[in-house]
Amino acid sequence: MTEIIVVTSGKGGVGKTTTSASVACGLARRGKKVAVIDFDIGLRNLDLVMGCERRVVYDFVNVIQGDCTLKQALIKDKRIESLYILAASQTRDKEALTSEGVHRVLKELEADGFDYIICDSPAGIEKGAHLAMYFADRAIVVVNPEVSSVRDSDRILGLLASKTLRAEQGNGGVKEHLLLTRYSPRRVAAGEMMSVADVKEILGIDVLGVIPESPDVLSASNAGTPVILNQESIVAKAYEDAVSRLLGEEIPLRYIEEPKKSFFARVFGG
Amino acid sequence: MDRLLAFFRRSSGNSASVAKERLRIIVSQERTARGGPDYLPVLRSELLEVIRKYVNVDPEAVHINLQREDGHDVLELSVSLPGGARS
Ligand SMILES: Nc1ncnc2c1ncn2[C@@H]1O[C@H](COP(=O)(O)OP(=O)(O)OP(=O)(O)O)[C@@H](O)[C@H]1O
Ligand SMILES: [Mg+2]
Repeated sequence: MTEIIVVTSGKGGVGKTTTSASVACGLARRGKKVAVIDFDIGLRNLDLVMGCERRVVYDFVNVIQGDCTLKQALIKDKRIESLYILAASQTRDKEALTSEGVHRVLKELEADGFDYIICDSPAGIEKGAHLAMYFADRAIVVVNPEVSSVRDSDRILGLLASKTLRAEQGNGGVKEHLLLTRYSPRRVAAGEMMSVADVKEILGIDVLGVIPESPDVLSASNAGTPVILNQESIVAKAYEDAVSRLLGEEIPLRYIEEPKKSFFARVFGG
Repeated sequence: MDRLLAFFRRSSGNSASVAKERLRIIVSQERTARGGPDYLPVLRSELLEVIRKYVNVDPEAVHINLQREDGHDVLELSVSLPGGARS
């Protein structure tokens, strides 16, 4: 059975593409057959984060418009067997993405035996975001611990509960997961940033993971290597944990507290 | 010295709790408006007008909450009056 997961947020620049790339890699590394699709028409970015930008020949809109087959447009990842990328098109015509077209592509991936389809949503609540979530079984709602991001994600929760196929069919709706990213335990401890408990309380959904703020994310995107593949990084470990929870494992949250310094370190610096 | 300053800064402004409180209010307000009938926002502003004939309250002082209980909707209205408004 294929599971369709949308990575969405409402607010822009909170870490959807970073998350889509890492979650897709994480699932594929555990042997799942995964396709990750960039729904950000006109602002293609997932290819860069995945490091396959020079191999894009055909894109999502080409497939929908029948310029090529789905097989021709799917880019096979060079690092992980069973991982495929479908790039967004650079066209300015956002109308090129149609509901029937998207449905057809998803159905074909399902028939090809994909276990997971990850839909990297554009920001906002317009057509692209709507189509990215419409067919989803689950949603990873990416949130930064910051007022506008939390408010926007609550609007997205409202849309997930009303404007999706599952909501319309009334069969339990889309399963929602909260992924808090760019988290700084130090600032939380200082009372400068809302904690994971605060955000969870406001939004009222399950926490899939907490991803710390880290320069490793920028170096990963510079290199075109999804950050989850950087074994040394705590960001990679936090994403691995999120993938485990996505697969149903129950594991405690890590990296949500400031590392305790010794008394001497606190007094004398360190 | 820097550390001392940092300590005081830390204990004073707790902006995270302010953020949380503001979000709690706006999110519950927006959820009510979203789930409920379309007339809620208008109802809210008309109620505010009526209340203001008697007491001068902020727009924020009027809270409307719509809840489903055993198959029927309950509209809960609360108005926090400014200090000293009691006569
Ligand atoms: N955990 C993190 N720590 C530090 N920086 C991060 C983290 N996650 C994301 N970023 C940075 O935030 C920026 C936006 O990330 P990303 O492109 O994944 O967001 P997005 O939600 O897909 O944006 P858009 O809405 O434009 O599609 C990037 O510069 C990325 O490097
Ligand atoms: Mg993006």
